[in-house]
Amino acid sequence: MDGVRMNTVTSRSGLADSFLPWLTCVAMLAALAMVFLYVPNERVQGEVQRIFYFHLPSAWMAFLGFFIVAGASAAFLWQGKRSADLLAQAAAELGMVFCSLVLLTGPLWARPIWGVWWTWDPRLTMTLVLWLIYAAYVLLRVFAGDNETVARYAAVLGIVGVIDIPLIYISIRLWRGIHPKVEQMAPEMAWTLLVCTGAFVCVFTWLLWLRLRSLHLRDEIRALRQHLVAAS
Amino acid sequence: MWAILWKDLLLELRTKERVSSLFVLALLIILVFVFALTPEQLKQPAFGSALLWVALVFAGMLGIQRALILEQERNCFTGLLLCPIDPGQVFFAKFLSNVFFLTVVEAVVAPLTLALLGLPFSVSLLGLPLVLLCGIVGFSALGTLCAAIAVRTRAREIILPLMLLPLLVPLFIAAVHVTGALLAGEVWTGTWFRVLVAFDVIFVVIGWLTFGFVVQE
Repeated sequence: MDGVRMNTVTSRSGLADSFLPWLTCVAMLAALAMVFLYVPNERVQGEVQRIFYFHLPSAWMAFLGFFIVAGASAAFLWQGKRSADLLAQAAAELGMVFCSLVLLTGPLWARPIWGVWWTWDPRLTMTLVLWLIYAAYVLLRVFAGDNETVARYAAVLGIVGVIDIPLIYISIRLWRGIHPKVEQMAPEMAWTLLVCTGAFVCVFTWLLWLRLRSLHLRDEIRALRQHLVAAS
Repeated sequence: MWAILWKDLLLELRTKERVSSLFVLALLIILVFVFALTPEQLKQPAFGSALLWVALVFAGMLGIQRALILEQERNCFTGLLLCPIDPGQVFFAKFLSNVFFLTVVEAVVAPLTLALLGLPFSVSLLGLPLVLLCGIVGFSALGTLCAAIAVRTRAREIILPLMLLPLLVPLFIAAVHVTGALLAGEVWTGTWFRVLVAFDVIFVVIGWLTFGFVVQE
């Protein structure tokens, strides 16, 4: 039975492995070219504004990761499928990576434009809290080991975390508010943003795929090892 | 459910260790702040409000953790789950006992803090117990849920605050604002108070619905 499962994973991985890296590579090169060569400078902010084309897609990927965590967690609690649990784990780790990118690229832009690295604006605070919830989720996995019970704890935390997001948003919104909102974009800018988002979706999907497969393989190795121990 | 609640209360009545340790801890936290801040700063309502909540949250976290460690240590959780009752009822019993203990502690700590800080007493302070209770309810609900998860992991002392504190952010913001307004003698029953009550309701419902997934074997 183990052999059969391994075959399916390998055959599925063949297609994604040959396709996704190239797609990601091309999309990323296109995105870089557009950001640095194609798109014109923003009138007021100048060069610095170009970081926005990586900042915003990162933020979207961080949110995407969180929604995958919530969806997969709910699916796991409902049906108890191991694959849903692994998906939640992989998405949480990736979400944290992209959330970190948002928190790194933000201050790089804020320093020359706002004059400070950090300010307690609603969206900034929100992203920081989001990062902290991700961190708790990932650390819970680390500290709690890896078994059926932990999967359930993590799923509960994932769902509670997502229910909490709108509450955090409401409370922080009521609390204070200078984050720029995009009002009007030149067509070149919109295109660049679109390509960058596409490139980030590719990176996200590819990394998610790799992580998911490594988690599945870890499961298989564990099963095989148990099998061997039982046989010997 | 009432039997579990009664058992917790009886245990505390006989040992008195939880309430007394929480009380001392809360007092110590307040003391640290008093040393760190100047007398002028201490008289500001905003500081008083922040101080009250910091002390409550950190002392409370240990208290809630303690309640569940006790159950875990002697495998009592398994016993509770074998009872023919809904896990939601176990949640409510634990949650109510935590609310009770924190309220008892806070009934002494809050007036003491106000006196130590030299904040002026006014009529609006009559609302303080209600606000504190609202904060305690939301805090205990999420705290009970997270502690039930944390006690079954390695490094449970560190994982509880890591999980609980970010989730509590909305409740903190609301509670600190309401308390600050109240201490300053302003109108405190506005939007923030309603937000606080709404968060309470949401957190209790979340805890009640998800507790079963956490404790099942």
